[in-house]
Amino acid sequence: MECIKFEYDVDGENFSSAGNASESVKRTLKQMGVSPVSVRRVAIAMYEGEINMVIHAHGGKAEVEIYPDRIDIYLKDRGPGIADIDLAMKAGYSTATENIRSLGFGAGMGLPNMKKYSDEMKIDSTVGVGTTVFLRINF
Amino acid sequence: MTIREVVKLLDAEILCGEEHLDTEIHTACGSDMMSDVLAYVKDQSVLLTGLLNPQVVRTAEMMDMLCIVFVRGKRPEQPVIDLAKEKGIVLLSTDKRLFVACGILYTNGLGG
Repeated sequence: MECIKFEYDVDGENFSSAGNASESVKRTLKQMGVSPVSVRRVAIAMYEGEINMVIHAHGGKAEVEIYPDRIDIYLKDRGPGIADIDLAMKAGYSTATENIRSLGFGAGMGLPNMKKYSDEMKIDSTVGVGTTVFLRINF
Repeated sequence: MTIREVVKLLDAEILCGEEHLDTEIHTACGSDMMSDVLAYVKDQSVLLTGLLNPQVVRTAEMMDMLCIVFVRGKRPEQPVIDLAKEKGIVLLSTDKRLFVACGILYTNGLGG
C-alpha cells in the first residue's frame, strides 16, 4: 500500500521545541482529512513520545509512515534504555527528576498514555544502547 | 459561555487572541501537570494553570484547546505568547488562584 514517509530530528537539548514533530504530523493529518478524533489520538501519543525522548534520552529520531487507513510511528533514541519495561508502563511510575516535574511532566503517565491512545504499541529497549517505541494508530 | 465572559468573570488580562473572544466554550480543566492534562482531559476547551513554559501551549494545541488562563497573576515570556498566537490559542492572565478561578467558572456554568 502506498504511504507517505516523514523523518524528524527530535532535539534533546531543547525542551522548548519538544512537540515540533508531533505538531507537524498533526497538521499533515488534518490537511489529509483524517477524522479529528484520530488526529488527536496521534498527536497526543506522539507528543508524549517526543517529550519522553527529550527528557529521558537526549532526543533522537521520529520516523512516520502515513497510510490511507493508519499511521505507523517509530521513535528511536540512543538514550539510557529502559531496564524494566513492565514497571515503566505502570501509571504513575517515573524516573523523571524534580526539575522535569517542575516543567509539568514526569507524572509517570507518558507510556501509559501512549498505549491508551494507540492501537498497537511495542517497546524495544536495551540498557545502555537505546529505545525504539513503535506506535500504530488506525484511522 | 464565551471566552469574553471568562475574561470578565476572572477579571483577566488578554495576552493574545483577542480576535477569538466570541468563541463559545463549554468545559475547562485546571492543572499544573501537563502529563495529567494529556492523560485525563477530554474535549475541554480551556486550561487553567500556573505553569508558564511553552509546553503548556503545545499541550493545549495537541488537545485542541482554545484558551489558556494563567492563574496567580502569572505571565509567560514573549516566545510563549508568540507560539500561542501562531496556534490561534487565546492567552489570559488572572490574579485569582487556581482553585478560585476554577470555582468561579464552574459556578457560572462551565463544566468539567
